[in-house]
Amino acid sequence: MATLTLSSRASRASRFSRGSGPVQPRFTFAKVAITVGSVLLALLWLVPLLWAIDTSLKPEPETTQTPITWLPGAPTIDAYRNVLDQGSILRWFLNSTIVACLVTTLTLVVSTLAAYGFSRTTFPGRRVLFGILIAGILVPPQVLIVPLFQEMTGLGLVDTYWGIVLPQVVAPVMVFVLKKFFDGVSRDYEDAARVDGATRLRIVWSVMVPMSRPVLGAVAIFTFIGAWNNFLWPFIVTTDPAMMTIPVGLANVQGSYGLRYAQIMASAVLGGLPLLVVFALFQRQVVRGVGDAGIKG
Amino acid sequence: MAVQTPTRTGTTEPQPTRQPPRNGPPWTEKWGGLFFVAPFGVLFAFFLLWPTFSGLWNSFFNTSLAGVQQEFLGLANWREMFGDPAVWDSLQNTLVFTAMSTPPLVIIALVMALLANRKGLLGWFLRFSYFAPFVMPATVVTLIWVWIYQPGFGLVNGLLTAGGSAEIDWLNTENRAMLAVVITTVWWTVGFNFLLYLAALQGIPDQVYEAAAIDGASGRQQLFRITLPLMSRTTGLIVVLQLVASLKIFDQIYLMTDGGPNYATRPIIQYIYENGFTSYRIGYASAISYMFFLVIVIVSIAQFRLFGGRKEAN
Repeated sequence: MATLTLSSRASRASRFSRGSGPVQPRFTFAKVAITVGSVLLALLWLVPLLWAIDTSLKPEPETTQTPITWLPGAPTIDAYRNVLDQGSILRWFLNSTIVACLVTTLTLVVSTLAAYGFSRTTFPGRRVLFGILIAGILVPPQVLIVPLFQEMTGLGLVDTYWGIVLPQVVAPVMVFVLKKFFDGVSRDYEDAARVDGATRLRIVWSVMVPMSRPVLGAVAIFTFIGAWNNFLWPFIVTTDPAMMTIPVGLANVQGSYGLRYAQIMASAVLGGLPLLVVFALFQRQVVRGVGDAGIKG
Repeated sequence: MAVQTPTRTGTTEPQPTRQPPRNGPPWTEKWGGLFFVAPFGVLFAFFLLWPTFSGLWNSFFNTSLAGVQQEFLGLANWREMFGDPAVWDSLQNTLVFTAMSTPPLVIIALVMALLANRKGLLGWFLRFSYFAPFVMPATVVTLIWVWIYQPGFGLVNGLLTAGGSAEIDWLNTENRAMLAVVITTVWWTVGFNFLLYLAALQGIPDQVYEAAAIDGASGRQQLFRITLPLMSRTTGLIVVLQLVASLKIFDQIYLMTDGGPNYATRPIIQYIYENGFTSYRIGYASAISYMFFLVIVIVSIAQFRLFGGRKEAN
């Protein structure tokens, strides 16, 4: 009897509670304080970005005025025009786009195939190979820069897109995440496809990929962000400014523009903007993808 | 032995069709899986295994970047490393950075996730603000923060002088530079841990809170008795990931202080970089890389033992 009333009350509560998260009485002082605090923290986190945009819109002399001014007295886009006129930033954009797209596509293809191989097929030595892959997760790419650069010199890949891209495609952790996910996909779908005569390659494309779209999305998003933002490896393997990516090219901006802060900030804003826009548009997918990828453990 | 193949096909053919049909001859059943693994395997061998072992090999030689002269040194590079104070100073800087950056990167991330776990436009705005810095390249972040720390007319010092305090040359003062880098790092990378926490929070079923509310648990009790305990596994994972990530510090420090002032912030990876690409001492740089690699492996394994035990058990 007691359990019965409890469960009926619980279902009523769930019907009336809105959204997720703790159920709390509405409009308490604590609730208002938490909301205000969360907004203040958000503003604090946005201040550096706003300050950069603000500076980039000031005429150069105004950037070094003391006391500092918050809003540009005479807003101008001269800094942006100057940065774009110099041309190299557009080239770096192109390079970053090519590199990030190649890294993301290749990582997805190669890791999906490998994850399927480890999850669904048996071949002699599979366990040993998977063990080596797990050990590979522990190897930080940062400690490989010196021998990897030597190797790239030997292969003639210094200052080439492939030289920047190929080492970044090796992401054992992505294979691991995808394999774990594939392990959880019921074999019934696959068996049904097999009865219909599908090859295993076909099964990967028509069964596994559609079923794991959210995880693949998360892998794609984080691979893309990582590749677009990667600094150390492209910095090591490119010496020709025409082959540099955005992060590497911008590293030299401070010196080449001298003390023109509006221009420096304009190039920083341009460099940070693309992924910021992408994130603003795809926030839901990014947030959900992290959960679906099971990265949370 | 060779007779085996025909016999096997002979036995499978008349079997009732309970099993799904096999694709192709038996050898693809046995070895076919290897083809799925092969593309990744080749890249893995070329760009991870090979450099890992050639680095170890190099550490026993006196190799220059051009690879011209190769003189076997035995353990000389390793011996030199243990006597080189710059190795231990830069390793110490890396550890100090890790110790300073990890706690705020975990705690602030948790607070943010608790604050931003709500629906509607405000939730969207909070998630955007907290995570936005993470999607920007290191160079953009450091350009902005070097400008913020700028003496004279930078934002921080502008506020300090407006408030009547003396200004601080953050990036050129020995005991302030590391703090400045840590603040920048927390601002930049806390978003990733925030997302991991947020995903975990959203994984807690609403019914848990509803049941607690019916039992009369206050908001504070729900937070401390339900939410935080349920977050403990996620916290363990985040601490592991964050420690290893912090140990690999290079980009921000190289770009903001170049390891200065007076090497006070130079991390171990920068010292490896300088030996390999400025002094062209490949062998020595490889020896230091390996030592540092071992440090990371030890920390990771220790962490997984401490926090990951329960996960392994499942």
